[in-house]
Parts: sequence; structure tokens; C-alpha cells
Amino acid sequence: MNINAANKGPLIDANRWRRYQITFTTLFSKEVTRFSRIWIQTILPSAITTTLYFVIFGRLIGDRIGPMEGLAYIDFIVPGLVLMAVITNAYSNVVSSFYSSKFSRYIEELLVSPAPNWVILAGYVAGGVARGLAVGSVVLIVAAFFTRFSIHNLGVTFLILLLTAILFSLGGFINAIYANSFDDISIVPTFVLAPLTYLGGVFYSIELLPQPWQTLSLANPILYMINAFRYGLLGVSDIPLGLAFLIIAIFIAALGYYSLSLLRRGIGIKQ
Amino acid sequence: MLALSVHQLSKTYANGLQALNAVDLQVEAGDFFALLGPNGAGKSTLIGIVTSLVRKSGGRVEVFGHDLDREPEAVRANIGVVPQEFNFNLFLPAIEVVLNQAGYFGVPRKEARGRAEMLLRKLDLWDRRETEMRRLSGGMKRRLMIARALVHRPRLVILDEPTAGVDIEIRRTMWGFMREINAEGTTIILTTHYLEEAESLCRNIAIIDHGRIQSRTDIATLLSELDTETFVLNLKGRVCQLPSLGGFVLEHIDESTLEVQISREHTINGLFEALSRNGIEVLSLRNKQNRLEKLFLDRVEAGRGATP
Repeated sequence: MNINAANKGPLIDANRWRRYQITFTTLFSKEVTRFSRIWIQTILPSAITTTLYFVIFGRLIGDRIGPMEGLAYIDFIVPGLVLMAVITNAYSNVVSSFYSSKFSRYIEELLVSPAPNWVILAGYVAGGVARGLAVGSVVLIVAAFFTRFSIHNLGVTFLILLLTAILFSLGGFINAIYANSFDDISIVPTFVLAPLTYLGGVFYSIELLPQPWQTLSLANPILYMINAFRYGLLGVSDIPLGLAFLIIAIFIAALGYYSLSLLRRGIGIKQ
Repeated sequence: MLALSVHQLSKTYANGLQALNAVDLQVEAGDFFALLGPNGAGKSTLIGIVTSLVRKSGGRVEVFGHDLDREPEAVRANIGVVPQEFNFNLFLPAIEVVLNQAGYFGVPRKEARGRAEMLLRKLDLWDRRETEMRRLSGGMKRRLMIARALVHRPRLVILDEPTAGVDIEIRRTMWGFMREINAEGTTIILTTHYLEEAESLCRNIAIIDHGRIQSRTDIATLLSELDTETFVLNLKGRVCQLPSLGGFVLEHIDESTLEVQISREHTINGLFEALSRNGIEVLSLRNKQNRLEKLFLDRVEAGRGATP
């Protein structure tokens, strides 16, 4: 039996789109396997944290806060907590996976392959989206034990979850490209993402804020996502839905374009 | 047909280091080619550019007629690379590393499984297929990198010091394997610090130093340029007084070991005849220095003398 059968040549002549699909599937399943294997580190923490939020802010403190936008406080915080889990997990999945591949140099396995940049990006982003949605679903299940919510608009709910996960997966990818150490991959989640999420209306309606904080809050893109998701789940929002979708779409287009440009120029991955 | 054609290739790193300076190099399809050079000569940069891991500053690279700038996917699909340093996810089972690589190259999973099994069996790794990479020995990791490089059936395989740190037995097995895939038609470019390896495996050779190709020839021609060869003789008895042998320069290492220099116009038969005439019996002989090693050092020295 021929070992290499080099005379047949590689599969470059095979259907290009079929090849892209195989590469994407390989990357995606590798990512899903990775976070599933270490579910105690990737899935469980969000479930535990959210349970604590529901117990403390929902049950213990929530009754004293009173209703928010006509909803029980524990119901009001469900969308923000779900989206917070989606944002954190989509971002961390891509940033840690891609940076690890850079650090241990197995990113070279992909760089020497004929996989085009957009397929590489799509594979990592899909992995981030899968983890974001998996953890988001777990948090929703946890929420169901504490509240009795019904989904107001399933399409909007799912679309916002999906687009938010895509957006923050792209953010994680860019962070990983620039990161030179494991410290660099925790700076953005700690000092940028967490404050923006907490100030993005997870626990309050921006109508409660005095000026200029109310206006300043409008510069926070996460506010739009949380409010659009709150509309999908509960039917209430501080922000017009169309504007929220527009802003998310603009951010996705900008970060996607920038990610591809970084890959094309080999920033952080090629000398 | 040319497997690899490099024209006026240059690379200057961000820190100003010029690693390659207008390199021209051609490797014929089917060749077993050695790329030799001292550390920092530019070998890894050249390989890095050809395999898309390093961006070139100038010049052109073609692999089986596909231009790296215009058809990067075709170039990469035709190449399999075994890097100098381990570069895999240490927490994955060995077979996953090979299967993932096949997937990145667009090989369907079912087909990839068959190829992976054949390669891992051939490289004596099948029993360790479910072992995590971090638990494999250095030699096993090296062999796994070869399996990974071949799983998509590349026409050009680049081996960057594939046997570094590998024990002699495994090295011999790997040599046999490389000869086998070359005999099947795969072009191989090998860099190595073991010049015996290059002499034993390769037909053609390029010596690179200071980012320039100093010499590009076939091994037989190169070896024929040797003016003298030095052998070490282990003697049956002791020799206190060195005889004078016309055409051969003898030196004592100790009383039962001699060093002899033979110039190109003389033969080993002649040496033995002369020794026999003087009553000296030889138990064994060996080259003092690998022949290619001497030529390699000469070329590098000469190149450095010529480089401003």
C-alpha cells in the first residue's frame, strides 16, 4: 500500500466549498469538544453565579426593590443575566482557545493548511457562539426555577442571543490576536466587558438614572443588546428595537472586517 | 517539473535582521533535497515563507507551478511540513491531532480515519493513538508530526530537523520511512544537523549561510570535490615507529591507533598494501569526520570569506 500516494496529489482539486465545509466542521467540532470536555470550567460557573444572583438579588433583595418597568424585579433581571452569561462565555471561549493555540504554536496547523482566513474566523466564532448559547440556555433553565417568564417574541429573543454571541466572539478573537500573555486575555473581560455589562442595564432601567448618566449610558453598546433581549423575552425595552439591531449589525460588520484584516496581515500570528 | 521554485526571495524582520537576501533555489519534483546551513543561516525563515508561516519581504515562491501570492491555497495544499519544534495541542489524543489536520486540509472524516490508521500503524504509533500528546515520548511526538504532515497526501514534504533528539534506532526507522515516501514520488526537502543523514538520504543539496545560497549541487559532485579524506585505523598490534608510506600521511593517536590522510589520487587498497608491506595489520577503520561535514564547513568558511 502506498503511504503517501503522492502521485494522486492533494485534494485541492476537490470541490472548494466542500473543502471549506469540512475545514469549518473540523474547527467547530474541535471547539465544541474542547469546552464540553472541561464543562466544569466552562458551563457550570455561569449556572452557579446566576443561581446566586437570583437568590440574592431576586429573592432576598428584589422584594424590597419593588417592580421595575411594571415587572417583578426578579423577572426584570432575567434577560440581563442571560445575556451577561452569553457575552462572557462567547468572548472567553474564543480568546482562550485562540490564544492557547498561539501560545502552544498549534495555530500553525491551521496556518499551513489551505483554509482561507474567513473559514478560520468562522470556525472560532461558531465555537464561541455554541458555548455562549449553551451557557445562555443553562442560565434560562436556572431562571425557570426562580421566575415564571414566558417568551414574548421567540424570533427576537433568539436573534439577539445569536448576534450578541457572534459580536463578542469576534471581540474575543481580536483580543487573542493582540494578546502576548495570558494576562492580556483577562484584561478586557475584567476591565472593559464586566463594567460595560453591569452598567448596561442588567439590574436597572436607565430611566432610573439621573442626567448626564442616562445619556452617557446610551454610548454603551451592551445596553442596546440587553434591552432588545429584554423586549424579546418580556416585551419591555428602554431602546427602540430597530436601533438595537442596527447597532449590533454595525459592530459585527466592523469587528468582522477588522478580524479578517488582522488575519490577512498576519498580525500576532506570522512574523 | 519543479516542486519548488524560489526567486529573489528576501526577508527582513521587524528588528532589521536580514534573514534572506535574494535567494534563488529550485528543487525538482521527486527529489530528496538537503538544505544545510549553520544556526541562523536562514533555513527556517526560508521554510517558514514557503509554508506560509512567515511573510516574505520580497521575491517569488512557486510550488508545483502555483504562485504563493496568487494561489496560496493550492500552494499550501501541496505541502506537508514537519517543523523543528513541537507544535500541537498537548491535551489532545494523538489520533485527534492527525484527524484535525486532515480536516483543515478538507479531507473527509471517513477517509481521514483510514489514512490516519495507515500512517500511525506504519510509524508504530497505532497502539498509542488515544494517548494524549503530552504523554508521548519525544521520538513518538516526532513520528506523529510526520503522520500529521502526510495525512493530506502532499506532493512536497518539508522536514525541518525531523530526527533531532531521536535515538539511533528510531532515526533509522524514520530514514526508511522517508526513503519509502520519496520512492513513491513525494518530493522531500530536509534540513538537518546530522550530515550523515543528508549524505545517506539526499541526492541534491544546497548550503545556505547569511541568508544566501552558498552552494547548490548534487551530493555525488560535492563529495568528489574532497581533496583528502582522513581515516582512523585500529591496529592489531602496537606500532612505535611510524613507517614512511609514499602518498599517505600517517599520525599516531596512540600506539595501536593511527590517523591517515589519503589524497584523491590514492586508494584505500593502496594504503592496505603499503601497511601490509610494513607488517602492520588493521582491525578496523572509520572516517575521522563525516565527508559531507568537512565539505559543509569548507563551503561555509569560503562563503563567509567572500561575504563583505
